[in-house]
Amino acid sequence: MTPEKIEKKEELAAAPLPPKLRRRDLLLAFSTLPVFGGFVAAWLKKRKFDERKRQALLKELGLSAEAPAILPEGTLKRSSQTIRLGIIGVGGRGEHLLRCAGFVHPRWIESRRREAKLNRLNRDLEIFLSQKDTNCVLTAVCDVFDPRAERALEASRHVLRNGQVVEEKGAKRFRHYQDLLNSSEVDAVIIATPDHWHAAMALDAVAAKKHVYLEKCMTRTAEEAVKLYEAVKSSQIIFQLGHQQRQQESHLRGRQIVERKLLGKITLVETTTNRNSPDGAWQYEIPEEASPENIDWEQFLGPAPRRPFDVYRFFRWRCWFDYGTGLSGDLLSHEYDAVNQILELGIPKYAVASGGIYFFKDGRDVPDVFHATFEYPDRELTLIYSATLASDRYRGRIFMGHDAWMEVGETLTVTADPESTRYKEMYLEEIIEPSLPLFSFRPGAKGIDAVTSASERYFATRGLLYSYRAGKRVDISHLHVLEWLDCIRDGRQPSCNIDRGFEEAITCHMATESYLRGRRVEWNPEERKII
Amino acid sequence: MVKSKGIASWQWAALVLLRVVIGWHFLYEGMAKLFNPYWSSASYLLEAKWLFSGFFTTIVSNQQLLKIVDYLNIGGLIAIGLGLIAGFLVTPACIAGILLLLLYYVANPAIVGFKSSMPAEGSYLIINKNLVELAALVVLCFFPTGRIAGLDRLLFGPLKSKVSKEE
Repeated sequence: MTPEKIEKKEELAAAPLPPKLRRRDLLLAFSTLPVFGGFVAAWLKKRKFDERKRQALLKELGLSAEAPAILPEGTLKRSSQTIRLGIIGVGGRGEHLLRCAGFVHPRWIESRRREAKLNRLNRDLEIFLSQKDTNCVLTAVCDVFDPRAERALEASRHVLRNGQVVEEKGAKRFRHYQDLLNSSEVDAVIIATPDHWHAAMALDAVAAKKHVYLEKCMTRTAEEAVKLYEAVKSSQIIFQLGHQQRQQESHLRGRQIVERKLLGKITLVETTTNRNSPDGAWQYEIPEEASPENIDWEQFLGPAPRRPFDVYRFFRWRCWFDYGTGLSGDLLSHEYDAVNQILELGIPKYAVASGGIYFFKDGRDVPDVFHATFEYPDRELTLIYSATLASDRYRGRIFMGHDAWMEVGETLTVTADPESTRYKEMYLEEIIEPSLPLFSFRPGAKGIDAVTSASERYFATRGLLYSYRAGKRVDISHLHVLEWLDCIRDGRQPSCNIDRGFEEAITCHMATESYLRGRRVEWNPEERKII
Repeated sequence: MVKSKGIASWQWAALVLLRVVIGWHFLYEGMAKLFNPYWSSASYLLEAKWLFSGFFTTIVSNQQLLKIVDYLNIGGLIAIGLGLIAGFLVTPACIAGILLLLLYYVANPAIVGFKSSMPAEGSYLIINKNLVELAALVVLCFFPTGRIAGLDRLLFGPLKSKVSKEE
């Protein structure tokens, strides 16, 4: 060590405490403390400024700062009556709905456990196990593909009861859906088959006095929708259509915002679909074991035109108009229902649609790029739907009002329009900052959960997968099934009843008809016909 | 060339100023997070793509752990801020600040090949503002400014330096 360093070290070494603290030491010791005064003053000033702005804004908007305590009434009650469920169609969606009702295949639990180990953000299993006991038994299963029926039978024997999966007696398999509907062991039925079967099965279920949970799109054609509407209306059954986003907290909040007229006059609503994966374009995996031996092809075809066995048409039925309506019935139906939930639009007067098969040249006859415009002259509003299955570029669901625009998905954001009449003063008084949203709502903002696949991310951003109740992530399909079951017990109407279903079906079919006819179509409410 | 025989009072004053402004920044970062009901370190931690990214993901995946980390972070920022402004336990405060900033840097380094979707208000290559603040704390670590102006003067006594002799 050099002498200089030693000297410096000595200099910096602690000097013994002086016997008496000199005034100068005290002054220097406390010399930086006045900075706290400055800090607190500046901080309080900023807080006061921010708080005043916030309060003025919330007062103007008529909102409270707290997250909304919105829970469908049914989910708050204890379910007393055990409901005997049947299910027709147990593909991917059907199996998901079974889990939503509490029936799980052990292999699904294993796979989720494995995935949770690989990706610690995967909480599928945890979310499933925290589901409420639905107090149901699954007594009947019907599927025309044997392995799926077997899988559903296995699931019927593993039931979620108060956070634990317990073994129970399980269901009986029915080869034909009519036999399932005629069974005295079934009170209510979930129908998750391809669309071309929806109307016939639901009509038969109504005739058999079974309550119905029907997947979207409600029917494949407008004529079927009229028939089903009349049948359900003149029956006592409880009907729920599978638009689970009816349970989405941000959508319920969006409705409140529109009811309070915070957006001003809404003249345009733009909603979209953007996906860019084979799975997102319905090129689902074909199970290796699939063959004419284990698929009841004739029963699958049902009301559809006769064709030789085709495994692609069976598993990827959404690609053909014989069994569905493509984007219209699959994703426009969700988008429309979300808008209908918030605005109560009903059936449009006119619809124009266009599109084409521009990317997925796999023999399909439904478009993979599709757009529809719906006119509501009475509401002085246009609804636009624009979809592509070949680009993942996110476009939101936006409600455009004169005073503000609102984007609603899993989250909700309201942004004031700089040219707004209502918020003009607030802009001038700088209560509203042009660069920031007027209001945003993020359910479960404190936690982040993983969304694994591209298609899953699509559904999550559109608010079709999860919501939050009391800060906990829940599968909204579970809430939707639960609402239906509670309504059956209490004799109430669920949120997506036959009236909403009829509006959904007719709107989607207007778009499909316009695309197929190559011209604008009109809804005739007197004759209940698309012309 | 200036010989480093001693540190002049204006040099100490500059160092104290540096300490106080860094303290102010830490304190406000902590307070702003404390009073923001929506703040969580989750999104920042999830951005991590470099060292410890697995560990950061573990934190985010566990709600209780995330809560603890959030409170540790907020508490740490406030305590370091208070210490630096008041000149109280300056060296431990500097070391804690360095560790915290190092974690922030590791979670979102400005290194070529690591892209972060966090909005940045400037352009950085390897060195970002976290690293600059960290380096400033390293400097402060070696100059016990708390014993010049700060409560450390009462705790450990004043520095017997040339400054006091000159005066």
